[in-house]
Amino acid sequence: MNVSKELLPAGPSGEAPQETFILNLGPQHPATHGVLRIRTTMDGEWITRAEPIIGYIHRMHEKMGENRTWAKFLPNTGRIDYLSAMHYTHAFVGAVERAAKIEVPPRAEYVRVITSELNRIASHLVWWGALLLDLGGFTPILYSFEDRELILDLLEGLCGARLTFCYYRFGGLCNDVDAEFIDGTRALVKHMRPRLEMYRALVTGNIILRKRLEGIGPITAEMCRKYGATGPVIRGAGVAYDVRTVEPYSVYPQFDFKIPTYPEADSMARYHVRMDEMEQSLRIIEQALDQLPDGPVMGKVPRVLKLPVGDTTYAVEAARGRFMVRIVSDGKDTPYRLKLRTPCFSNLSLFEEASKGMMLPDALAMLGSLDLVIPDIDR
Amino acid sequence: MKPTLEQLTAQFTALNGPAPVALVPTQPAASAVPAAAATASAPVAAAPKPPVQTTDFAIKGYVFDATVAPAQVVAAAAIMERAGFGLDAVTGVDWIAQNEMEVVYDFFHPEVNFRAVYRTRVSRTTPEIPTISPVFAGANWHERETHEFFGIRFLGHPDLTPLLLPEDATFHPLRKDYQP
Repeated sequence: MNVSKELLPAGPSGEAPQETFILNLGPQHPATHGVLRIRTTMDGEWITRAEPIIGYIHRMHEKMGENRTWAKFLPNTGRIDYLSAMHYTHAFVGAVERAAKIEVPPRAEYVRVITSELNRIASHLVWWGALLLDLGGFTPILYSFEDRELILDLLEGLCGARLTFCYYRFGGLCNDVDAEFIDGTRALVKHMRPRLEMYRALVTGNIILRKRLEGIGPITAEMCRKYGATGPVIRGAGVAYDVRTVEPYSVYPQFDFKIPTYPEADSMARYHVRMDEMEQSLRIIEQALDQLPDGPVMGKVPRVLKLPVGDTTYAVEAARGRFMVRIVSDGKDTPYRLKLRTPCFSNLSLFEEASKGMMLPDALAMLGSLDLVIPDIDR
Repeated sequence: MKPTLEQLTAQFTALNGPAPVALVPTQPAASAVPAAAATASAPVAAAPKPPVQTTDFAIKGYVFDATVAPAQVVAAAAIMERAGFGLDAVTGVDWIAQNEMEVVYDFFHPEVNFRAVYRTRVSRTTPEIPTISPVFAGANWHERETHEFFGIRFLGHPDLTPLLLPEDATFHPLRKDYQP
């Protein structure tokens, strides 16, 4: 860390001079999980201002979208949030299918839901391990990565990739699921339930964890709305906003699941939301496997895809919140404009306001509870 | 608070006033053009879409689409704020053929399925528009991003330095005439 000092004049009544200094956090810092820099103005241990400085891994996906055909952008979608690739591909194929009026066979939609929810669990497991690592507990990440490995193996069996899946296509999927995947997923659901129980018993009630998270880093529902913060952040502020239920897409209305909300609005609330969400994802996967219809996994798609003139949006609930794709077509075979509205961008934008007056270690705990993926912010 | 489509339509219609929304003229005023030429060019421009319209969610992904004058974007944001919407995104589109820049404001509602959009167009030669960041604090970053990508200046914005691009970047990569 680079520390520079700046002395301000002494206070009027002879009290200690008000002394602040600039503390640079990152861009290479383990607590930021990627190249995020935060320039903090510190008053001792307290933050008077924390300004996130982003863009270190900006790749301009939106411009890349404009100079290739619709289908050629598919691999990019897995590289925006590398922990939540299924959801991002889902939003993009969803937008194109909506604009081009492509019918997706029901089996493909069910498999999309199963794989998306598997991806959500895998993503939350990384968050869980990394947050506890930030807070000084080394062991949990070893357990969570063991579980995540099982999920990645299942998804690798479907599409060959472990993170950048690119499994969905306009109109369906690139491969059908096999019996091995279905049996493996059922076994995973059976395996995960006791594991989540164990995580609760070992970690969630832990007094050190609770002291680090409870009452720390309040982010109110009002602040979420003003900044557009979504996902576990807004649900941890007591608002049951989840794209899967509020703006239903795919076959999510077919399933019975709860949207966990916690009104405390602190870091612990966001922790609880994600822990509960993993259980709900398991419920969705179970139901989707039971109801999985037979049939093709690819619909009829024109060989050269040209979208009608106009703009279309499609939003999904990614692991970190609302991800929306806005496409503007001028009738050609490439997008005229492709806007990616990513959840972490909005979730981080409130950090400056939320961290004011916090102690530095608490602000880092709050940063962990926001579950940031930096390529998702920088795009 | 759960807004309805009718309420929002009424508020935006009132915002736009009785006259058709005054967009930046793409061609000289009608009086300067001979009457015959004006009528001949009318069908080419197609029927202008109504400034406030309801759209089909299944086709568009949003249910409300309004066009407002550039000076009205802050008042429009205030309507959205009072109706309980959350800021989804602010972005631009470069319509180079019409010599215009479009600024699109997306909103979601945290309680009901109500996706709303409003948009405006500014001239491409002087792309300037008031900031909505005093109404929606989150617009600060979205507008900074739109400024660096398109060169649209948001008047009254606290800090328009590049956000994602290098700090000394002077180019606007999402402009259609951008040459790397």
